[in-house]
Amino acid sequence: MSKLDSQTPGGPIESMWDDHKFHMKLVNPANKRKHNIIVVGTGLAGASAAAALGEMGYNVKAFCVHESPRRAHSVAAQGGINAAKNYKNDGDSVNRLFYDTIKGGDFRAREANVYRLAQVSANIIDHCVAQGVPLAREYGGLLSNRSFGGAQVSRTFYARGQTGQQLLIGAYQAMMRQVDKKQVTLFTRREMLDLVLVNGQAKGIVVRNLLTGAIESYEADAVVMATGGYSNVFFLSTNAMACAVTAAWKAHKRGAFFANPCYTQIHPTCIPVAGDMQSKLTLMSESLRNDGRVWVPKMQGDKRHPSQIPENERDYYLERVYPSFGNLAPRDVSSRQAKYRVDEGRGVGPSGVAVYLDFKDAINRLGKAAISEKYGNLFEMYEKITGENPYEMPMRIYPAPHYTMGGLWVDYNLMSTIPGLFVLGEANFSDHGANRLGASALMQGLADGYFVIPYTIGNYLANHKTEKISTTHDSFKEAENRAKSEISKLMAVKGSRTVDSFHKELGRIMWEYCGMSRNKDGLAKALQQIPKLKEQFWNDVKVPGDANYVNPELEKAGRVADFLELGELMCHDALERQESCGGHFRDEFQTPDGEAKRDDENFCHVAAWEWNGEGKKQTRHKEELKFENIKLAQRSYK
Amino acid sequence: MGGSNGKNINLKLKVWRQKSGKEAGHFAEYDAVGVSTDASFLEMLDQVNEKLVAKGEEPIAFDHDCREGICGTCGFVINGNAHGPMKGTTVCQLHMRKFNNGETITIEPWRAKAFPVIKDLMVDRTAFDRIISSGGFISVDTGNAQDANCLPIPKPDADAAFSAAECIGCGACVASCKNASASLFVAAKVSHLSHLPQGQVERKERVERMVAQMEAEGFGSCTVTGACSAACPKGISLTNIARMNSELLCSALTKKEGVAGDGI
Repeated sequence: MSKLDSQTPGGPIESMWDDHKFHMKLVNPANKRKHNIIVVGTGLAGASAAAALGEMGYNVKAFCVHESPRRAHSVAAQGGINAAKNYKNDGDSVNRLFYDTIKGGDFRAREANVYRLAQVSANIIDHCVAQGVPLAREYGGLLSNRSFGGAQVSRTFYARGQTGQQLLIGAYQAMMRQVDKKQVTLFTRREMLDLVLVNGQAKGIVVRNLLTGAIESYEADAVVMATGGYSNVFFLSTNAMACAVTAAWKAHKRGAFFANPCYTQIHPTCIPVAGDMQSKLTLMSESLRNDGRVWVPKMQGDKRHPSQIPENERDYYLERVYPSFGNLAPRDVSSRQAKYRVDEGRGVGPSGVAVYLDFKDAINRLGKAAISEKYGNLFEMYEKITGENPYEMPMRIYPAPHYTMGGLWVDYNLMSTIPGLFVLGEANFSDHGANRLGASALMQGLADGYFVIPYTIGNYLANHKTEKISTTHDSFKEAENRAKSEISKLMAVKGSRTVDSFHKELGRIMWEYCGMSRNKDGLAKALQQIPKLKEQFWNDVKVPGDANYVNPELEKAGRVADFLELGELMCHDALERQESCGGHFRDEFQTPDGEAKRDDENFCHVAAWEWNGEGKKQTRHKEELKFENIKLAQRSYK
Repeated sequence: MGGSNGKNINLKLKVWRQKSGKEAGHFAEYDAVGVSTDASFLEMLDQVNEKLVAKGEEPIAFDHDCREGICGTCGFVINGNAHGPMKGTTVCQLHMRKFNNGETITIEPWRAKAFPVIKDLMVDRTAFDRIISSGGFISVDTGNAQDANCLPIPKPDADAAFSAAECIGCGACVASCKNASASLFVAAKVSHLSHLPQGQVERKERVERMVAQMEAEGFGSCTVTGACSAACPKGISLTNIARMNSELLCSALTKKEGVAGDGI
């Protein structure tokens, strides 16, 4: 028997989730208060889970690395959240959202999970509006929608360019209400450094208190991780500075399989890199592609000011190559096309590594006021960063690492390969296949937290004897010692190079060889360079200050140590997946017109990696993907 | 790599260093040499820190995260202004092209009794979380909602609620107020929720509890100077404070004894 049982219930997909909910065991209200649940991470998935579980009567302990749960990086999501409401009467349905998401993911996601996501999407909008989330409205008072990449219907709900902020604050407030009721206890400025297993079940976590440096243990009957993605393996990404793989990686080392690590999303519209000291890249929402037109000059090396380049000398290449989706082609496709233009020597701006996103036609058609109403805050942000006014001059954009579809493997119940460890949101691998469509990350985070975990965790607790374990148990002591010894090791190196210098070097290797396109030789090179870099890191990193204290350099060092290991696994995964799909583009596997060419015969599966110990090669397990409701087909947006 | 029209400048920094809340702090001087004008203020500090670390010294500690002006984590006082000289901008979005070669820049933490210093430029703002948990929410459990469009909300109301809800909780309002009042922060939340039909049921209890919590945390009183709104990176309007005060007065005048909302 395969080690990976997806626990998909079977039966018709339309009624699968409802049937499953009926058949799952329940925990009666009086018993809920006897259960402790740990939630790690307070972004959309974590905060919504903590709120929902607290409302049900469980004792929740919520942890975050930030000083306040409201800082989690979900806050930065700009464009919107999808839901199959069909308020526009334009042909949307649960089936269509399901279809678009499977196709958008290039047929590498599990059908049952995606169907459920599409089903609960409408409930999310209802709940968020009830919470007072101020989503955009029409003059008649009803909710407004816009269109987004990879879809031909308008199903994206939004709050100007701050949808993530508003949804996160909604979830945060719901959680803080449970804090007031003492159903949720908050532990801020804590970083998860280990997962604790007792008899093979997840029973707690070990964290570092980032203010005092103390290593602390917390026990629970189940652990929920919602710790986000790992785009910061590239150093430069649109993620926040504290986004890291550390929590997920530690769980991986305790036995949680890591699925599809090579599936990373390079977002097509980010502000280009401006200098060596740049610490992060800033996204310009995909929603801009509703009104902005992407172009480069037809001529190579054309250094004229964009206003001096006449219409007939511009190549609106997305409209040319993909006439039916045009500027709203999905992210992976749009990013690759931008790269092709730059590789052809037709990139723009001082670096030549950018393309234009031009609003001139939209401003002429709708007026400056209408454009400002829709995108004002994004235009301001662009001007602050670049010093250029996008109302007068086209934006310069270029793809940047943004989201990771890969993550800890979970079954239909969102449980990892460790019993009692559930993984939600970007931290799991489940719903987006090899490419995520815009406005689907917020949907998935909230679906997992508000509408899936409240049911599936009850079933787990009701089916498993939950013996109370004290944090004095040997397993906690062992985990604490592991965490302490890694910290001592980092402090003891006393080398000559800063943590950031290693992180930047890793980022360059990953971007070069495991970025927008990959090939066998490049990946082999990366697999030589990363272990060397890792060795140098452990011999030469410099962490100043003390460990028993606020020490941001020590925090970064621990995270980079884990990124170095993850980077290696990503390259192995990319090397072994000998096909192109979604965001994973192998130069060797493409159609004659440069599109991703899948190999459904050999790679229609999830690759989930099992940790075998330090220095040992990980084992690649497969979960075969079956497409029973949607026919496998070559993706086309033409 | 080639961004826009960046050039390099040299600066002198006077930075507040304080090992912990228990120890006294002092200003220390650093040279920031060869700073690209395309860099953000935080990237300039990163550059200074890289040099400090290379010398084996402790870097300047400051809170930061998203670096795109939305998470509210960063914030300190630059030359006497919360978040620095540029209106409507957090320090992470402040770029060095706003400074001149040779300039001396003074950097210090938010100073308020309710925001104790943790280290250097880091302060403890958990008081804000406690204020939100005292009533900054609408009491609805997951799974209870009707269809979202059953409740039309006039666009002007929705827009007003949104404008108040834009607050990022950075604390610049407190830092720039001579009384260290948190009125703008509290008012933004009161105003966001009281503009919406969903927030009506508990609006009286909400404002009373949130204001009481603000006072208990040790924030000062509001004397409506408007310094908060001027420093706010999201431009939260002073009219929200007027709305909060009217909500509070209204609540005191019309409250029925013995009636309480859900948990409030």
